[in-house]
Amino acid sequence: MDKGGESVDIRSASKHYDAVRALDNVTLNVAPREFVSLLGPSGSGKTTLLGILGGFIQPSSGSVHFGDRDVTLLPPHKRDIGVVFQNYALFPHMSVGENVAFPLRARRLPKADWPKKVNAALAMVGLAGYESRGISQLSGGQRQRVALARAMIFEPRLILMDEPLSALDKQLREAMQIELRELHRRIGATIIYVTHDQREALTMSDRVAILKDGKLVQIDAPQRLHDHPADAFVASFIGEASLLPVHPVDSCSVALGSSILRSTRRIPDGDGLMLAVHSEKLLIDDGKGDAARNRLTGKVTDIVYQGESLRVFLQLPDGTALSLRQPSHYEAARRIPPVGGDLTVTLHPEDTIVVPKARQ
Amino acid sequence: MTGSAPDISLRHQRREQLTMLALALPALLVILLLIVLPVGWLAWQSIWHNGFTFENYRRIFSEDIYWRSFALTFEISLAVTLLALLLGYPIAYAASIAPRGWNIVILALVVLPFWTSVLVRAYAWLALLQRTGVINQLLRQLGLIDEPLALVHNTFGTVVATLHILLPFMVLPLYATMQKIPRDLLQAGASLGAGPVLTFWRVFLPLSLPGVLAGCTLVFVLALGFYITPELLGGGRTVMVSMLVSRNVELYDQWGAASAVGVVLLAAVAAIFFAVSRFIPLDRVLGQK
Repeated sequence: MDKGGESVDIRSASKHYDAVRALDNVTLNVAPREFVSLLGPSGSGKTTLLGILGGFIQPSSGSVHFGDRDVTLLPPHKRDIGVVFQNYALFPHMSVGENVAFPLRARRLPKADWPKKVNAALAMVGLAGYESRGISQLSGGQRQRVALARAMIFEPRLILMDEPLSALDKQLREAMQIELRELHRRIGATIIYVTHDQREALTMSDRVAILKDGKLVQIDAPQRLHDHPADAFVASFIGEASLLPVHPVDSCSVALGSSILRSTRRIPDGDGLMLAVHSEKLLIDDGKGDAARNRLTGKVTDIVYQGESLRVFLQLPDGTALSLRQPSHYEAARRIPPVGGDLTVTLHPEDTIVVPKARQ
Repeated sequence: MTGSAPDISLRHQRREQLTMLALALPALLVILLLIVLPVGWLAWQSIWHNGFTFENYRRIFSEDIYWRSFALTFEISLAVTLLALLLGYPIAYAASIAPRGWNIVILALVVLPFWTSVLVRAYAWLALLQRTGVINQLLRQLGLIDEPLALVHNTFGTVVATLHILLPFMVLPLYATMQKIPRDLLQAGASLGAGPVLTFWRVFLPLSLPGVLAGCTLVFVLALGFYITPELLGGGRTVMVSMLVSRNVELYDQWGAASAVGVVLLAAVAAIFFAVSRFIPLDRVLGQK
């Protein structure tokens, strides 16, 4: 099954609809076998970009290359890529087996070879023996699997997925994310995956591309993206961060109101800086540990119980609001004062992330 | 205790049923007065003439002219239906894939003739098709024919004019069905490697079949009962069932015979609807889902 992945090369692709720039000069290189997610809010251009890759949308300018083929003008049916659509797009008048065999029919493979391939593809997604079922008899998760089997049966070296899990409930979605990761490893195809769910993107991807207003803001591995956001938008989109305006003091510290915070990271040039405080990086000060840690003291304004964790809202003396997350076990929870009480939290200089408001 | 609770709910249920019946009563009365009674009267007339008689039906099933007329009516209706499908499918397809705005133009062109009376359209075809009509004149001036073609006062003229009048009844259900076919199914077909022809043949066409069946049923059934158009363009030689009815009444004052023809046609239509409804639900034929 493993035919390896194909590299994808998007060069300055733009798409204009009249005055609207759905996609604005995006350049993106995807390595063979890589799993890249396109992440962004609705209207960010991620679906447009996927449409351009699939051949359903013609870019206004720029080009698309698969391996060393220029496919910019190639119609979809000649691109030889698997596509999994948001609503599965299964053919309702065909059985599961006929749906999965459709790419074989399109490629004029001898009919005698179909059953073996259909069996293998269905087995791969855990639906062995479902050939003769009707589409309407399947649950949402099963339909998703059929769509996957249909997109993989012809062993494409590139698979595009357009929010394939968005119609599933949370538990099934999370199980499918892990399964998709496994599947990706086994078939070795390049996968480009559109989602608006940051956790989904972080869970599955080798790299995540963040899009905003048709522009590519940042593309990085999940951890880099989380800990080294390029600007305030990425910092707010990935993880759970409070964004607080700060002023530069020197090359390794910034001022948040009256407090000076030290950072071991490079502080960007210019004004309009924001401190991105991830709620899990704030710790309750226990008086021990690294003396170099930044300390902030404020009043507890609210405590929200969220099952495995507690979210504590804090107001600094100058009115700045931020939040921290604490595990809900007794040892941690008992250190949180009641609402109205004072709380000192620490932020390690390694975790003190300063970003520009918008990327220069 | 054990008996009273079901009693109350039963009484409640009965009262609710009565309320529902009362609400439906006006509509039921209208149907009774305007449809059931006249049709019943029609059926009654066909078998009652100073006592019970099956003479009218015997005549229909024994006399040649009735047989030929029924056969011709079904032939014409079938021809009109097939031609309407052949013409209507591409029109509906074009409307369903046309960019916004253009689909409205196409549908408007299809529906526009609806606003003209059937009589006017029949005479218009007469003017076009007759021996000294526009088409014959043109063909003669071009030197393509020496003698005018017999385009009207025959089955050909009847079919052409009926087809023109009934085409919207084919196009509209087809368009309604095609429009509901999700576009991403066609994109999926293409992404899986199927060219436009295969995607049409294996995906679009099968999914448009309910519309085909709906349109064909409508056109066929409407064509069976056509009267004015074959009367004007058939030239007396194309005798359809509806004309038999009219002749029986107007020429021979034979209400019983006319009623019997009507009942047989009604039974034929009912049989066709029944046969079709076994393949697709009737409510879809009538435009609801």
